[in-house]
Amino acid sequence: MAFEPRIVGFLCNWCSYTGADLAGTSRIKYPHNIRIIRVMCTARIDPTFVLKALADGADGVLICGCHPGDCHYVEGNYKTIRRYELLKKMLHDLGIEESRVRLEWVSASEGMRFAEVVKDMTETIRGLGPNRIKIELAADSAER
Amino acid sequence: MADKKLQIALYWGAACGGCDVAVLDTNEFILDVAELADIRLWPIAADGKYEDIERMEDGELDLALYNGAVRNSENEEIAELLRKKSKVLIAFGSCSHLGGIPGLANFTTRDEIMKTAFLDNPSIEPGNQAVPVPKSEVSAGELEIPSFYKRVYKLDDVVDVDYFVPGCPPAPAQVKAVLTAVAKGELPPKGSVVGASDLAVCEDCGRKKSEKKIKRFYRPWEIIQDFDVCLLEQGILCAGPATRSGCGVRCPDTGLGCRGCYGPLPSVKDQGAKLLSAIASVIDSNDPEEIERIIADIPDFTALAYRFGLPASILQRSFRS
Repeated sequence: MAFEPRIVGFLCNWCSYTGADLAGTSRIKYPHNIRIIRVMCTARIDPTFVLKALADGADGVLICGCHPGDCHYVEGNYKTIRRYELLKKMLHDLGIEESRVRLEWVSASEGMRFAEVVKDMTETIRGLGPNRIKIELAADSAER
Repeated sequence: MADKKLQIALYWGAACGGCDVAVLDTNEFILDVAELADIRLWPIAADGKYEDIERMEDGELDLALYNGAVRNSENEEIAELLRKKSKVLIAFGSCSHLGGIPGLANFTTRDEIMKTAFLDNPSIEPGNQAVPVPKSEVSAGELEIPSFYKRVYKLDDVVDVDYFVPGCPPAPAQVKAVLTAVAKGELPPKGSVVGASDLAVCEDCGRKKSEKKIKRFYRPWEIIQDFDVCLLEQGILCAGPATRSGCGVRCPDTGLGCRGCYGPLPSVKDQGAKLLSAIASVIDSNDPEEIERIIADIPDFTALAYRFGLPASILQRSFRS
């Protein structure tokens, strides 16, 4: 069976979740590969969530929030930019392809943009192939 | 238990020996231990053979302190043996608790380690390169040595552990408290982290804390620090916000950032991810390029974040192929 990426999407309540909703109500088609989790703000996304998603078998993690300057909580998304930059470094050191985790800004009116982002990310992950963390960890304990 | 001496064993897996020294660091208390207990196995300090342990009844030992991570089949075999023979098995020190410094080996691979240690190493004479293998034929017959695992594990990855004593090494007061508790039979619920606080190092740190805004990170030797002010506020990396206290804040008090040896706070799964959150959010910039420049000043952040706990983290190891 052909590989179908599984992408976990963390979307902020105020912009991106509404944006995704708009994509839906506007009948814009986008790949079904994304599983959306709504959070109040991208700053609520503990890097632990991203690592956990990857360890549990997600092929990619998409984080979407309000455009810089538009955060409902004034500076939540700025904190996310900082964490994301450092998280990219950490993922690189742990041998995980950087493009498996992506941060994008999607406003409440950008349903079309949301669909484009999901489409693009799905193709990127399809190109990378499946995330093997879970399988490799299981193989570790089998070796012992 | 006054009529019968406590039967104890101390063992080191993949360790530096510092935890054993920490037991000796209890000074004259060690003499009380000798009064109180029969030390049946302690490879670093006393005689005692594995066969002696094998001959014991199951549960004959009252207490086994296991320090060190699980790196090879011998470490695991003795962990299993001590588990069987002991009423209480304690993971003693960061390595057995979280993987510790040996756990940093999970950033690389077994092949790379073998290459560095036995092949590509300037101290090895040309023509004298040999990589150890579990079984080899020599003139006297077949020799067997423990097999080196693909990666490092913490103790409770391989056996059931009753208690965890964190620290690299655990503070002498903790060692005393643990031995006394076992002697008196006053034990906390199984699985507890013993001899440590449930709060972060920052809670016990006496430095003044206000709003943190960092434009540049420094190594401790690069600036003259103010000993009254939070290290992180001065741009010196400190794992205090993501680390369990109980150590007595010894590192920050001497001017060094906390290194995180007491491990994550209760209910935190991944100490490195929490430290990432804390450190990143104090960066004083909203511009991705500037943030990247500021982060570039941090030498090897990932190893800092998982200095003592890579095998205990969510990803457990690097996946670079």
